[in-house]
Amino acid sequence: MTSRVKVKEAMKEKVPGAKAHLVRPGKVLVLGSGALKIGEAGEFDYSGSQAIKALKEEGVKTVLINPNIATIQTSEGMADKTYFLPVTPFFVERVIEKEKPDGILLSFGGQTALNCGVALFESKVLERHGIRVLGTPVKTIIDTEDRELFVKRLDEIGVKTPRSIAVNCVEDSKKAARKIGYPIIIRAAYSLGGQGSGFCSSEEEIVDRAAKAFTHSSQILVEESLRGWKEVEYEVVRDSYDNCIIVCNMENFDPLGIHTGESIVVAPSQTLTNSEYHKLREISIKVIRHLGMVGECNIQFALDPFSEDYRVIEVNARLSRSSALASKATGYPLAFVAAKLGLGYSLPELRNSITKVTTSCFEPALDYIVCKIPRWDLSKFSQVSNRIGTGMKSVGEVMAIGRNFEEVIQKGLRMIGHGMHGFTANRDILYPDLEHELKNPSDRRIFAIAKAFEEGYSVDRIHELTRIDKWFLHKLENITSISNELSSHGSLGSLPDELLLEAKKRGFSDFQVARLVLKPGSAEMEESLLKVRDHRKKKGIIPFVKQIDTLAAEYPAMTNYLYLTYSGSCHDVGFGRQGGDEDSVVVLGSGAYRIGSSVEFDWCCVNTAASVRKTGRKAIMINFNPETVSTDYDMCDRLYFDELTFERVMDVIDLEDPLGVVVSTGGQIPNNLAMRLHKEGARILGTSPESIDSAEDRHKFSRLLDELGVDQPEWKELRSFSEVKAFADKVGFPVLVRPSYVLSGSAMNVVSNPEELEQFLKLASDLSKSHPVVVSKFIEGAKEIEIDAVAKDGEMLCYAISEHVEFAGVHSGDATIVFPPQKIYVETIRRIKRISRRIAKKLGISGPFNIQYLAKDNDIKVIECNLRASRSFPFVSKVLKLNLIDLAARVMLGEDVKKPEKSSFELDYVGVKAPQFSFSRLQGADPILGVEMASTGEVGCIGDDFDEAILKSMLSVGYDYPRKGVLLSTGPVDSKAELVEEARLLAGKGLLLYATPGTARFLEESGVKCTALYWPDDKRSPNTLECLKSGKIDLVINIPKNLSRSELYNDYTIRRNAVDYNIPLITNMRVAKAFVQAMCNTDKKDISIKAWEEY
Amino acid sequence: MKLTKARLILEDGSVFFGKSFGFESSVAGEVVFNTGMTGYPESLTDPSYAGQILVLTYPLIGNYGVPGDEQDEASGLLENFESDKAHITGLVVSDYSFEHSHWNAKKSLSEWLVENKVPALFDIDTRMLTKMLREKGTMLGRIVFDKDERKEKGQGFFDPNKENLVKKVSISEKKIYRGRGEVVGRGVLRVVLVDCGVKNNIIRCFLKRGVEIVRVPWNYDFLGEEYDGLFISNGPGDPKACKATIANLKKSLDANDPKPVFGICLGNQLLALACGADTYKLKYGHRGQNQPAVMHTDNKHNRCFITSQNHGFAVDSESLPEGWEVLFSNANDGTCEGIRHVSKPFFSCQFHPEAACGPTDTEFLFDDFLEEVRKHKRESGRSGK
Repeated sequence: MTSRVKVKEAMKEKVPGAKAHLVRPGKVLVLGSGALKIGEAGEFDYSGSQAIKALKEEGVKTVLINPNIATIQTSEGMADKTYFLPVTPFFVERVIEKEKPDGILLSFGGQTALNCGVALFESKVLERHGIRVLGTPVKTIIDTEDRELFVKRLDEIGVKTPRSIAVNCVEDSKKAARKIGYPIIIRAAYSLGGQGSGFCSSEEEIVDRAAKAFTHSSQILVEESLRGWKEVEYEVVRDSYDNCIIVCNMENFDPLGIHTGESIVVAPSQTLTNSEYHKLREISIKVIRHLGMVGECNIQFALDPFSEDYRVIEVNARLSRSSALASKATGYPLAFVAAKLGLGYSLPELRNSITKVTTSCFEPALDYIVCKIPRWDLSKFSQVSNRIGTGMKSVGEVMAIGRNFEEVIQKGLRMIGHGMHGFTANRDILYPDLEHELKNPSDRRIFAIAKAFEEGYSVDRIHELTRIDKWFLHKLENITSISNELSSHGSLGSLPDELLLEAKKRGFSDFQVARLVLKPGSAEMEESLLKVRDHRKKKGIIPFVKQIDTLAAEYPAMTNYLYLTYSGSCHDVGFGRQGGDEDSVVVLGSGAYRIGSSVEFDWCCVNTAASVRKTGRKAIMINFNPETVSTDYDMCDRLYFDELTFERVMDVIDLEDPLGVVVSTGGQIPNNLAMRLHKEGARILGTSPESIDSAEDRHKFSRLLDELGVDQPEWKELRSFSEVKAFADKVGFPVLVRPSYVLSGSAMNVVSNPEELEQFLKLASDLSKSHPVVVSKFIEGAKEIEIDAVAKDGEMLCYAISEHVEFAGVHSGDATIVFPPQKIYVETIRRIKRISRRIAKKLGISGPFNIQYLAKDNDIKVIECNLRASRSFPFVSKVLKLNLIDLAARVMLGEDVKKPEKSSFELDYVGVKAPQFSFSRLQGADPILGVEMASTGEVGCIGDDFDEAILKSMLSVGYDYPRKGVLLSTGPVDSKAELVEEARLLAGKGLLLYATPGTARFLEESGVKCTALYWPDDKRSPNTLECLKSGKIDLVINIPKNLSRSELYNDYTIRRNAVDYNIPLITNMRVAKAFVQAMCNTDKKDISIKAWEEY
Repeated sequence: MKLTKARLILEDGSVFFGKSFGFESSVAGEVVFNTGMTGYPESLTDPSYAGQILVLTYPLIGNYGVPGDEQDEASGLLENFESDKAHITGLVVSDYSFEHSHWNAKKSLSEWLVENKVPALFDIDTRMLTKMLREKGTMLGRIVFDKDERKEKGQGFFDPNKENLVKKVSISEKKIYRGRGEVVGRGVLRVVLVDCGVKNNIIRCFLKRGVEIVRVPWNYDFLGEEYDGLFISNGPGDPKACKATIANLKKSLDANDPKPVFGICLGNQLLALACGADTYKLKYGHRGQNQPAVMHTDNKHNRCFITSQNHGFAVDSESLPEGWEVLFSNANDGTCEGIRHVSKPFFSCQFHPEAACGPTDTEFLFDDFLEEVRKHKRESGRSGK
């Protein structure tokens, strides 16, 4: 008689890391990702926050290190201790010594945390302090990060990777390329989002690229090119009992060759058969088991479009941008689950947080499609190519949810916020060479495809040029044909209902329908759009609300993660009184992260929703950014993951009939909707839309200031070059030139002379033909001061005044900000308070607002006023330890709010907010500061004094104490003079000084020794360029010679090379002074290690 | 494009209006939903769907067309499908993709459905429909074309579970397939496969392991065959309709030195019925590729597999007689996902370890079964008549 059937485990080989640790750590250190930068953005606030929540739920103490003060994870009620310190081995070790944690999470803070963790592991710091790495072991991380090891590990199990040769010098890269055959791709190991990567089709290209890649990494890979292959990603979860699931698979719309962060991506995959889908799934699991991952990871495949051949491109042994996207796309809380698995839980033990009754050990079934589209801001940078490729340039992304591809791509293109209305019915973009445009992907290629269809290109032809799968192209063609059909009707009366409904199902907005059918001029656009809306509502053509439930309706969802679609015939949820008795409040989110609007507004929105809930009302969030915490369905009562357009917001308001709408915490997008929503009868909470308009409209606001007798820089709205010239002559150069109604200074510039003025106006007038130009007097050497405040019925309840380190002329988003201010006259502060009070009173402000001032010799001028939360609200709230948003929210909800007693004058510490730039990602960009915002993120650190605070901040955004040499090129004479003392200090620290000819002469004359270097365009030696490349310099101070964007070749070359060779660069005289002084006054080891709670 | 409109009418009177992309003829059947996101050519040819109008919850269908009718030379099985023809009665989706794109596609799904005479509707709120089926349970339904209205009048719903569907989909006479994979150990193993509506991939899974398959009709008395192991396949409808299979299986289980037995899906239910346990109809069944099955081989129940499923009936775990135990259970609703004998080499699973469509995580069960077969063969000398 045989014994009973033995069911073996699925896996045959010994699996590393498959043993469960059931010993719970008592205290866990969580590493954040620091400032938002290209390649590492808001998604890590989401993952870190979820990890902290998961640990807290288990009673584990958490210590967080993250200098990004605007994040949710660094907020009250999150980690037990929060350190606003750089995520570098030096500081993390100091925190370890102090906090003595017994566990650490490395995979929730992006590449920054991972690299830092690997360094701490390799230097045995973790071992020395007895700290266990929770989740994926460091050995596995190293296996995935080192390409050679990675390939070897995959070879062991017969999994294919691209043919590739690892090299350590430029010469070897040439040899490797010859062996593999051109075209090849170059990749740098250990880098953020493909930095330093690129295609090369010739020896010349490889020499150039390889040299740059080596500055990011000591090793580069020369690989076979798989251009045109499909790119597919899988998000895999594995627990320590070896259970594996695929939470989501995703397919790139753009074929391989474009970084996944730069690609339009859909989930789930659309063009894969069962056999392909499950083949790649099986390989994913095999790989993850073999490597011994515990928690979450991402695996990227290339799939041959003509067979089932594949290559594994990359494995990310950590939460990534894709995993944040997968979480939002499926409703599966990846980061939360990954953290629990790190504590030793098994997948089947954890519940599905949407159904509450089913297990977490399952694979979400979607009954919708999502589409992610990247957001680029390349036009903000001079000399940056808008071509996209294997490196990442995008600064944010959006995710659209719907029930067909046409719907999601059109929704997504609107969400991007570049003024497009969908795939069609947009303003005409001119492509001088359409074929070239299709062949060479850029940030606008999708619109080139629209243009091609318009011009009669076939799907086959476009496929040949773009290599985009024909399935996607057929869908886009379908949008074009619906557009054409709509255009063939001239009135709503003649438009068949069925066609209108079909158009709405395929993602057409009322705006598109209005433009295509009614063909109005721009003046009648708004009216036409309302006509369409009215017409379709009368016909009963309205969207339906559907739930995201992870199980395709197989089980009821207990959460309200929602989207709207016309492909439906019933709502999944009830509304208004049906939905419950409480009043609800709609909070409008901030949309895609972009330069000028990012995580800080998400913090404001999340806090507003929390405050709404605290008052017993239901919070309804509308937002579509998958990188945010505000789009976590447990942050509000209802989450509409949908557009922030007038149409969609009104759709939600029509359904929900809320008490009101909050437009003042999500930045400029909701702010711009205020008046239109108000006109349609929506109740705007807080400051009245008329007042918002008065502050936004330059003329109205200027008149108001005049009435109040408040000074402002002289300005004029002008329509011709001669008028502008005359005005500039009158007030004197320099002048600031800009169009009205802008965010983060698009198309603004300071011009110093008539030639620059003429040159700039040619560009600016191209940008906005119908709009006049606003020219104002630019005041040099003025201090910029900001006030962030909350008022109730015009009475200022609380405020925070902060000062910029830089003189006016640097965009406030790029400025280094000090709070409380350290160098302002008491009289100036008094006057700013007084003026702010008067403005608040006049505009009847109820809610948050921000005013920016110029101060010179006690002379104060107002330069800008926003009746909404500004990007510095989280910073000042956290330094002040008074949540200004909570206060503002309660004011807007009409709660009884007492004036808080806190005052910034009582603070015995200082906060400094510093910008993070991503110039290294933007090939060719001139890393210079101006009135246009260029930073992608920021940090905020607290110190016992200004020196300590600025040091912590600047070390957090990539600066460090130089140890070898400093290159000085200190610009105009006055700034040369200003920086002599600092040069002396640096020399006093034993640093070697190098200087460009003029600066060198100046320093010598002042008695500071330095080595003079020739300018880059001078062929003579010693040359600045060779010095930069030699590694002798670890700080560059290069002060631009004038205010304009067009800088001289030599200075540009120095700055650009500093960025390309990863050398810290300072381009502002005031920042240079502050940093050098602080650095020379305070040793790195003397910087205090204090948690936020200790100040 | 002018599209024919048609309706899906449920037994509770609900009506869904859709547009046709398949064969234009009115039909009646049991309406069920499947939550898988890929694999429609496999699902539509799965004999277990006989008599059913299938609702796909994933909205975008038809994207990669339908592959060709290539046959495997040795076995004669269609390479890209799960049987020789479409078995579903009707198909209901949200968004049909009129244009498809795939290197492997030979025709569009629409063309294929028309050829196979399967009616299909799109532009229906399949989420709403699924929620109704979830709330009220699986319902009977009809797809009605206006042109058939008059003819249709008076015609009622059709409950496939009242018929012996297995009889309709099973093979009519014995057929032998020779394995082509690597043969492990000495001698070729010979497995009798009782075809209650078997999916091709089950046969493929055996063949690639070098096994010789004797595929026999559902009511065939296999006890007279020479074989080393017994396999009971998946299939449509109520297991209790397969009286002959149950009787034969019972004889096999009760034999002296019985041959190892492995059953999948309907095979699991038949094994349960043969050993004296009971089966019942689930409210709305399990159809999808994401069903978690927990393995009961240790006390912690820490192992859980993602499985592909397609069943409306289940084994009542409580009714298992002495000597039998639950091998797998569903992590979501606790239902029985597999059983085994505590001492004899009999086991079965409710899910589909052969996948197609679906995840391949549990394909190791074939190896487990064959190991038992090999062991049994070794221990009992030659396999006897």
